[in-house]
Amino acid sequence: MQAQSTQVAERTAAIVDGLKGLEGPLLPILYGVQEEFGHVPVEALPVIADALNMSNAEVHGVVSFYHDYRREPAGRHVLKICQAEACQSMGSDEVAARLSDLLGAGLHETAKDGSVTIEPVYCLGLCACAPAVMLDGQVIGRVDDEAIEEIVAEVRR
Amino acid sequence: MTTIVFIPGDSGAVALGADKVAKAIRSAIDARGIDAKIVRNGSRGMYWLEPMVEVATANGRIAYGPVKPADVASLLDGGMLDGGDHAKRIGDPEQVPFFAKQTRLTFARCGVIDPLSIEDYEAHGGLAGLRKAVAMTPAEIVGQVTDSGLRGRGGAGFPTGIKWKTVLDTPGARKYIVCNADEGDSGTFADRMIMEGDPLVLIEGMAIAGIATGATKGYVYIRSEYPHAIAVMNKAIAAARDHGMLGATVLGSPNAFDIEVRVGAGAYVCGEETSLLNSLEGKRGVVRAKPPLPAIEGLFGKPTVVNNVISLASVPVIMDKGAAFYRDFGMGRSRGTIPIQIAGNVKHGGLFEAAFGMTLGEIVEDIGGGTASGRPVKAVQVGGPLGAYFPRALFDTPFDYEAFAAKDGLIGHAGIVVFDDTADMLKQARFAMEFCAIESCGKCTPCRIGSTRGVETLDKVGAGIEPEKNLALVTDLCNTMKFGSLCALGGFTPYPVMSAINHFPQDFAPKPVREAAE
Repeated sequence: MQAQSTQVAERTAAIVDGLKGLEGPLLPILYGVQEEFGHVPVEALPVIADALNMSNAEVHGVVSFYHDYRREPAGRHVLKICQAEACQSMGSDEVAARLSDLLGAGLHETAKDGSVTIEPVYCLGLCACAPAVMLDGQVIGRVDDEAIEEIVAEVRR
Repeated sequence: MTTIVFIPGDSGAVALGADKVAKAIRSAIDARGIDAKIVRNGSRGMYWLEPMVEVATANGRIAYGPVKPADVASLLDGGMLDGGDHAKRIGDPEQVPFFAKQTRLTFARCGVIDPLSIEDYEAHGGLAGLRKAVAMTPAEIVGQVTDSGLRGRGGAGFPTGIKWKTVLDTPGARKYIVCNADEGDSGTFADRMIMEGDPLVLIEGMAIAGIATGATKGYVYIRSEYPHAIAVMNKAIAAARDHGMLGATVLGSPNAFDIEVRVGAGAYVCGEETSLLNSLEGKRGVVRAKPPLPAIEGLFGKPTVVNNVISLASVPVIMDKGAAFYRDFGMGRSRGTIPIQIAGNVKHGGLFEAAFGMTLGEIVEDIGGGTASGRPVKAVQVGGPLGAYFPRALFDTPFDYEAFAAKDGLIGHAGIVVFDDTADMLKQARFAMEFCAIESCGKCTPCRIGSTRGVETLDKVGAGIEPEKNLALVTDLCNTMKFGSLCALGGFTPYPVMSAINHFPQDFAPKPVREAAE
């Protein structure tokens, strides 16, 4: 445990070093940390706070403010389902319910087998091809039965 | 001669399978030994035809769509590369009525050119505005933008030239141009399309803003939900630096200007300009009280222009063709063109750039073609999650800032979401409150607490608990939020809520009454 937290600290310090020359570097640093570890580990916060001359609480406050920063690792796949108005008008509620049912995880949940984390997203800018989802960064529009089958197959692969 | 095949790399087209089509076309032309090059252009904005493949022929561009990978063999057999016939042949894409009826100024090149080619950009009129700007004084540039009548396209509609003048007149050792590309409103995708389809026009607009105000550094704050736009903008900025559009001497002039992309972190409220500035500074994206205006004390306390993507992307054509050219489009105090985004349950969804003044009904029925489901239109929400729901009875409202305000609505970022008659307006009103509760930055009480109380009270209405009393309470609450909130999130959430209540009272009646009515 001790060794692991030392390792987190070292890898975080390297990321901070590379980015702290930016104006307002905290968000890019947090993205860098999340890319490295898959989430923002709590052990990384004091390292960042120290390097940027901020308090732990300030860094924690920023991490907790934004929806994108994860406090714990996600599943192997991340499925973002748009729940905003344009997608609602095309049945996004049913799409979310069916995908949740088939994949064994509700919104904001990770499936028990760790295969997928499902998150709501409020607009992917695909409002003229609603309903839309994003699977591991890949955008999918006009989600129908066939697309739902493909998404489930991709997650189970 | 090498044939050029255009396949959109726009994320809307990609979401409908454009990458798979590109791969299928690539392998088919390789297998057949055909001399052809694939260009990943932006989208023309006709999403019901995407993926729309275009071929540059001797008779101009010929489009085919919507193309599926399985169509590729028969398209090539039918002579697609020479514009040959096929069931999916559209012909000249600019003759499709949806396109032919538009006035494309800001989006003139979007879907036409290779987004990352400066040569293509220049060949289609790019850089002409910046060339003129480097030969002018800052005050002259600001004068042109002011005279054009351009108003902020992000939603607030504040005159762009006046904002620029404030920054120009405020002394500062360092000034910034911040492009607000945090396009979070549902039903809007114009910023995304321009960043993916013609990113150089945004870069050119920002460089002109820099020269006009004395700013040397620009930031494009793009939401994380737009990974494609982020990638294209970064590549376009690198290309612009190589070409001398950006850097220590913009186009060889004494002006220095450079741009950096920053990625948001999933907070809707960061589309509000002061919380965006806090986010750029690495803080929680909470709203700042105004004054001081960002134009006077903005990013890191320095004078800062914060403009929406479309506002900045409209500047090059104004500089190139002159303020009067742009001002001649439009009506009343809404001058120029506006890229209207038609979305949701609509047959012909997409981007429609037109002069201000068309009626809402023309846009939804004539241009959009009614609903995708084929059922009657019940309501349209204009201006994103903070915009009002309009019933058919208000379809004669002209698309104009003041005309919408007069009907208790707003144009916002010009997104229109169409709903058919299965929509439940109580559910939509509740969602507006819920969305505000999820996304509230927490700084002011009317927004932070009001939104949660709004959800609870509308749930009581839905459950038939003292509906009249509770609706009166919601109305009172909306009044408090509207006049007591610091920014538009809490201040405008009452628009969708109250418009739903006022225009669709039957959906708020107690359940037995609603069921009896059906």
